[in-house]
Amino acid sequence: MSANKPGKRPLSPHLQIYKPLINMVMSIFHRISGSALYFGMFFLAWWLFSVASGPAYFDLVQGMLASIPGRFLLFVFTWALMLHAFGGIRHFIWDTGRGFGLSTINWLSWISLFGSFALTMLIWAFGYNLIGVL
Amino acid sequence: MNMRTPLSRTRGLGSAKEGADHFWWQRVTAIANLVLGIFTVALMVNLVGADFATTKATLASPLVAIMLLLFVLSASYHMKLGMQTIIEDYVQSEGRKTVLIILNIFYSVFVGLTCVFAILKLSFGA
Repeated sequence: MSANKPGKRPLSPHLQIYKPLINMVMSIFHRISGSALYFGMFFLAWWLFSVASGPAYFDLVQGMLASIPGRFLLFVFTWALMLHAFGGIRHFIWDTGRGFGLSTINWLSWISLFGSFALTMLIWAFGYNLIGVL
Repeated sequence: MNMRTPLSRTRGLGSAKEGADHFWWQRVTAIANLVLGIFTVALMVNLVGADFATTKATLASPLVAIMLLLFVLSASYHMKLGMQTIIEDYVQSEGRKTVLIILNIFYSVFVGLTCVFAILKLSFGA
């Protein structure tokens, strides 16, 4: 029985063993982006709170969000939202029992990656166009 | 194949019909988030660079307020469900898991309620 000591048992292979395939990477991204949005929702609440608090506090928060770190945060938030939305659509397709072919899984994953990035750029281009930067 | 436990069979009460609750609400809120999220992103892009008066007036208009309220409610429930899954997957110790699941509920309710309060105040209050 000494061979059966806890530390000696073989472990099932985990992340570091596998070659990073795109579907696996996008699955991990789905979780990471979900967590990012989880904490990012705090900023939506904070921003809405600032509007409800009056002009002085609103200007302070708006100024912080418009700063370079603020914009970076909002940009990452936008990308996380798009990535998570694409991931969600992928899961809707899988929920119907379709799209489980290997090649389908791969191109669905690639579409999520590029689509989310393209949509993020588009949204920011619209925003910057609106305030006349572009 | 019968997946029920012997105790459950002895009690004979049948299934509580809540086994798939978490999965189901994750999907329902996901569908809602998709629609309401598009609205919210469009709204935010429209408010880029807007001053206080414009922002306040926009958020206080009934249709915007209703859509935003729906988004905030759906999103905060969705994120509560999602984070709970992550906690259950990665936290091994039973005690820490329970504490984190409770904190997750507190955080999600806090964020959701703050948004709801702010939106309602803008719509109804001064």
